[in-house]
Amino acid sequence: MSDAENARPSHTRIIVKMVSVVFGMLAFVFVGLVPMYNLICEWTGITGRTNEASLVQDYLVDENRSIKVQFLANNNADMPWEFRPMVKTLTAKPGEVVEVSYFAKNATRRDMTAQAIPSLSPFEVTPYFHKTECFCFNQQPLTAGEDVEMALVFQIDPDLPAWVQTISLSYTLYDVSSEQQSAAVTLE
Amino acid sequence: MTTATHDHDHDHEHHGPAKGLTRWLYTTNHKDIGTMYLWFSFAMFLLGGTFAMVIRAELFQPGLQLVQPEFFNQMTTMHGLIMVFGAVMPAFVGLANWMIPMMVGAPDMALPRMNNLSFWILPFAFAMLTSTLFMEGGGPNFGWTFYAPLSTTYAPPSVTFFIFAVHIMGASSIMGAINIVATILNMRAPGMTLMKMPLFVWTWLITAYLLIAVMPVLAGVVTMMLMDIHFGTAFFNAAGGGSPVLFQHIFWFFGHPEVYIMILPAFGIVSAIIPAFARKRLFGYSSMVYATASIAFLSFIVWAHHMFTVGIPFLGEAFFMWATMLIAVPTGVKVFNWVTTMFRGSMTFETPMLFAICFVVLFTIGGFSGLMLAVAPADFQYHDTYFVVAHFHYVLVPGAVFSIMAGVYYWLPKWSGKMYNETLGKVHFWLSFVGVNVLFFPQHFLGLAGMPRRIPDYALQFADFNMVSSIGGFLFGASQLLFLYIVVHTIVAGKPAPAKPWEGAEGLEWTVDSPAPYHTFSTPPRID
Repeated sequence: MSDAENARPSHTRIIVKMVSVVFGMLAFVFVGLVPMYNLICEWTGITGRTNEASLVQDYLVDENRSIKVQFLANNNADMPWEFRPMVKTLTAKPGEVVEVSYFAKNATRRDMTAQAIPSLSPFEVTPYFHKTECFCFNQQPLTAGEDVEMALVFQIDPDLPAWVQTISLSYTLYDVSSEQQSAAVTLE
Repeated sequence: MTTATHDHDHDHEHHGPAKGLTRWLYTTNHKDIGTMYLWFSFAMFLLGGTFAMVIRAELFQPGLQLVQPEFFNQMTTMHGLIMVFGAVMPAFVGLANWMIPMMVGAPDMALPRMNNLSFWILPFAFAMLTSTLFMEGGGPNFGWTFYAPLSTTYAPPSVTFFIFAVHIMGASSIMGAINIVATILNMRAPGMTLMKMPLFVWTWLITAYLLIAVMPVLAGVVTMMLMDIHFGTAFFNAAGGGSPVLFQHIFWFFGHPEVYIMILPAFGIVSAIIPAFARKRLFGYSSMVYATASIAFLSFIVWAHHMFTVGIPFLGEAFFMWATMLIAVPTGVKVFNWVTTMFRGSMTFETPMLFAICFVVLFTIGGFSGLMLAVAPADFQYHDTYFVVAHFHYVLVPGAVFSIMAGVYYWLPKWSGKMYNETLGKVHFWLSFVGVNVLFFPQHFLGLAGMPRRIPDYALQFADFNMVSSIGGFLFGASQLLFLYIVVHTIVAGKPAPAKPWEGAEGLEWTVDSPAPYHTFSTPPRID
């Protein structure tokens, strides 16, 4: 292969190959890396994002175990709403259906819409933490001065690893008022 | 210094270049384009250096003296962007343009017109990038890594111009890389097998593959930013279901190969210079090739070591830590080979050799601090401190930049046909060497003591080392003006150089006259 005695190989073939690598990588970023990231997050539960409602499972309640569940509320930068859990901590038994709620109040003078983004810690818990109902599944509009109690219903899988004693559930509230119109279209 | 021998100017007679400005606008000659790349990169080096001087002047003392924090952030951002994309990368492309055809015995680059295009879009990209400093809201202020949401939700309006400039730079780099691959694969002189190529050609071939693989990733990530900012997507916006951490993954998937793009050609330059001045053949040629290829491969699987603190699972941290530390093995092979090449050689210490030896020593120091940063549990302490700044400046300044300077001194006689002033060259080296160490070594201490990077003001206990560092910075900055003087003086008034000014130099480039004729190797040489 070393002998360049024969006719000079064509540049076009190299250009075509290289340009297809370029476009292949560009496509890989959009249709490869981004979905891959989301899939890995979903499989491992790393980000603690639980976006889908699950059905109430028929678990046997494990009476011998109690898990401390902590509820946290954060406001994203510039989000002026009042936002807090109604109960800060509770003890739940694996398998039982627990219902709690978060309080939100739009104390501003304009109508706004919010989106809560959940996070679980430790992240290994994510596959064992089933939300059957959560305010984070939908956007929450509030008119000026309005307040609301938002429901959260969850169930802890009895298969939860034994080392887990405490679960922290955190919600960050984002102001999505400016994106409301476009989001409303997609919701319909 | 010397009495000017002004007889043959830089207009080469007979069927040479066209006259006037159009020569440079329309040229498809690899030597002309290489020259333009090198001058452009030198201009960017001085511009980015000016920004660095603003940074060091502000950090000379604690408190805010000279600039506002907003402007300081723009300075750190622009310094990084201009040095990476404007100074180091174009300088290597310029060297590649000049030297690769001559080293492989080709008459020119494979795609000369694309070569012209890939150079001439660069000034527009950087003019656009720099102009953002004068726009309402200021220039990019989110660091050269432009993490979202700093660069999306909280970015100044000028971010759109930044994105467009990055697109153009990326296009330029990709075209340059395709050209280099085609030249190396198709245009080698008869008999020059791949394993007979000079290492500079080898390292550039691998670098070109890296560029082709990752510049589209950079283009992709800035396009996502553009879409998030203007078209309502939410790639990096948590409220819309995206994730800012995704940005960091994509950015560093580009960014880590990028740092090797900035160092592999440097390995090639040093591998040319050390044997020349040690008067021995390079030790372990084939291991050098394999080490370079291994480093390039590993660069794709270590990116998350830049983001140990974002909350990666334990196993992930362990994987990226070990993969990163693995890079020390091929790098160690290279350093070993350079040292062994010098061992028992009859060494002389002309300016290129001084820069090359300094490269080996100081790049190794930068490599060791990189190894420290690779240790995941320790990185939580070092992350985002001046220790990181010290680390990457050690590998980029006495690493990449010194290798470029070494290459310029080594090949300047070939380019210009004139010899530089050796005394001045050595003065430049020693000023730079002292300057760079006084500048960056104390930053290790600052970082270990906890000083965060990218801040305009700092706690009082950091004052002394910052002042030392700034003094080193001014010294280093000023000594680059001497470099400019030396280069101009050589071109205007240097003594004529022989075809092969270095006794121990090897390679086809030394078989042609100095200055290299406008067209070389129109008939390919025969290599045995």
